[in-house]
Amino acid sequence: MAVDTSQSVAKAAGAHSARGRGRRTDKHPGRLRHALATHWYAWSMIAPVVIVIGVIIGYPLVRGVYLSLTDANEANVERTIGVNHIPATYEFVGLDNYKAVLTDSVFWDRLGWTLVWTVVCVALSFGLGLVLANMLNRKIKGRGFYRMALILPWAVPAFVSVFTWRLLFNERNGLFNKLLQGGGIDAIGWLNDPTWAKVSVIAVNVWLGVPFMLVAVLGGLQSIPGELYEAAEMDGASAWQRFRHITMPGLRPVASTVILLSAIWTFNMFPVIFLLTRGGPGDSTEILVTYAYRLSFVNSPRDYAASAAWGVVILLLLSVIAVVYRRALKKQGDQW
Amino acid sequence: MRRGIAATALVAALGLTVAACGSDDGQDGDKKSSGELSGTVTFWDTSNEAEKGTYQALAEGFTKLHPKVKVKYVNVPFGEANAKFKNAAGGNSGAPDVMRTEVAWVADFASLGYLAPLDGTPAIEKQNDWLPQAAASTKFNDKTYAVPQVIDTMALFYNKKMLADAGVEVPKTLTELKAASKKISEKSPGKTGLYLRGDDPYWFLPFLYGEGGDMVDAKGKKVVIDNPAGVNAYKTIKDLVDSKAAITDASDGWNNMQNAFKTGKVAMMLNGPWAIEDSRAGAEFKDPKNLGIAPVPAGSVAQGSPQGGWNLSVYAGSKNLDASYEFAKYMSSAKVQQQTTEKLSLLPTRTSVYAQPTVASNEMVQFFKPAVDKAVERPWIPQGNSLFEPIKLQMANVLGGKASPEKAAADTGEAYRKLLKDYK
Repeated sequence: MAVDTSQSVAKAAGAHSARGRGRRTDKHPGRLRHALATHWYAWSMIAPVVIVIGVIIGYPLVRGVYLSLTDANEANVERTIGVNHIPATYEFVGLDNYKAVLTDSVFWDRLGWTLVWTVVCVALSFGLGLVLANMLNRKIKGRGFYRMALILPWAVPAFVSVFTWRLLFNERNGLFNKLLQGGGIDAIGWLNDPTWAKVSVIAVNVWLGVPFMLVAVLGGLQSIPGELYEAAEMDGASAWQRFRHITMPGLRPVASTVILLSAIWTFNMFPVIFLLTRGGPGDSTEILVTYAYRLSFVNSPRDYAASAAWGVVILLLLSVIAVVYRRALKKQGDQW
Repeated sequence: MRRGIAATALVAALGLTVAACGSDDGQDGDKKSSGELSGTVTFWDTSNEAEKGTYQALAEGFTKLHPKVKVKYVNVPFGEANAKFKNAAGGNSGAPDVMRTEVAWVADFASLGYLAPLDGTPAIEKQNDWLPQAAASTKFNDKTYAVPQVIDTMALFYNKKMLADAGVEVPKTLTELKAASKKISEKSPGKTGLYLRGDDPYWFLPFLYGEGGDMVDAKGKKVVIDNPAGVNAYKTIKDLVDSKAAITDASDGWNNMQNAFKTGKVAMMLNGPWAIEDSRAGAEFKDPKNLGIAPVPAGSVAQGSPQGGWNLSVYAGSKNLDASYEFAKYMSSAKVQQQTTEKLSLLPTRTSVYAQPTVASNEMVQFFKPAVDKAVERPWIPQGNSLFEPIKLQMANVLGGKASPEKAAADTGEAYRKLLKDYK
């Protein structure tokens, strides 16, 4: 990390522009010192950030990767509790944990549902956010009120809203089934039937996700110059044509960012699933992260190694998704 | 300056006098003042909403015996207590000094080094007085890691009026229960005989024992849940729901069950003494005499329900071990146990307490004591608590029609073998 940073600083200053040469610091022993001497000020400025990131992100990450290569669990890690001192007895097992994860049908089943869950949630919340933002971008009466009302789900702590939804979904005493029965329709086992449980968790997550999309898209809409619409109107473009050829391209930078962010959040959306269904009924709504939680917190002794391996696999999956997504956008000429 | 010196002298003189008095007391042989306990004892209580007020009052009563000890009472919901304690104990910060521990957690926590061994400490008082089956759950590797406070088992709770209205007897077997349930539904449409917990594996055990099965054979180191008895147990719960003899939920089971029973939507449920206080608060049981209790209905082979209960364990890393031992002793003492029985109808773990008139005359105790004597002991192994998760998963699969009882039993067995590496 140190070498990389010094390079980029040096590059920014225009001192060394050749990439390949800069990497081989060992052949130029004076270079690092030289860079340090020249740019000590820049170094001291970034030092706090580097240290903080190193402590709160770097260390746990490295530790997690290390644990995933061992057979560490709650029983064999080192700890001192009062007079009891338990020494570390776990061993390095190489890639065994990863092999176990990837050859387990449990992983592939969860992965399938996690992908469905992510795609459906992101698509629905983005779609709804787009529609609502377009509606709110016009001059209508009480616009401020509508905006407030639509942002509200975001202001409520997630667990409060999820528990409220759980009450609504309750098969026997919930409001939804009371309404259905009032209309002469059979009650639905919202959280008790695997398919309905999936529908329910998606509905709640979309409800929680729309405000964010709404705000982001609204910001994007307002950054599109009004003249473009006026010109298009003069040329006789229909509303759909204006939307298709001005709004959509104008929103792209915002949309691509929020979709990627939202995909990552939804992929890892622990609270909604855990608090609403605990992954149930059975394991039908279990996503990768809730399963990793089960692995490290429900069974005894807690399996730190396997859980860490799951965590690393999830991180890799998300990195791959992000890279592929950015490549695809770049190919389409997006300067992101 | 002068005044300053005078004041110092005065303080010094007073100090001497106090010290002199103190030593006088000591010479008189007053044991109370020597080595008096002080500090704070943090107590995590896991009792439910209806019970926690009583527990708090009892715990705080400790300060009457030891005025210098401050008791910090914290109610931790049962469902979160295990994980919360492990996070705190493993991370070495925030763990309570004493915790009300479920019987199956003791071996688990002890095997991980989280609990202080209690043999030879003041925590253990009149060990001979403990019920043998309650004492069994406090041991791990021949050492005692907890003191028993409450013992329980499950029984059939029933609404006397509803059964009488439908003209049925209290069912003794599941076959009788199905017939009774049918009559109840016929008599009053919209009502059902039994509420079956579909989301909590503990409630599965009476059906498993009823078919003559068990989860594991801890002595023989064998997984036995995938035997035919296990298959039959899964068949039983599916049949009860499919035949509409019982209603169930895959989530929020406790609240739904208590609501349904308290408002008379179902006539019966399986439950333990911990539900007595809450059930009596329901509209159907304004007249407490309407609540009936009977042994769990028998399956095709046997009749049995799991032995449960609560122990008190002391955290090995406690900063105040001496006071913690005393607190554990106090909370498991005959006097406190008698009070929990009088106020909450919970069952004591001391033989001597059953002899007390207020306990002996308690209707719930009269019923539950013989049931507890016959209750099935669970395997007291560190993984005891982890055995539930696979059952929970398969109950939902069976009740939701996603897996056949055969597959569910086989999958549970497979999960157990993964969990218990040295088991056959």
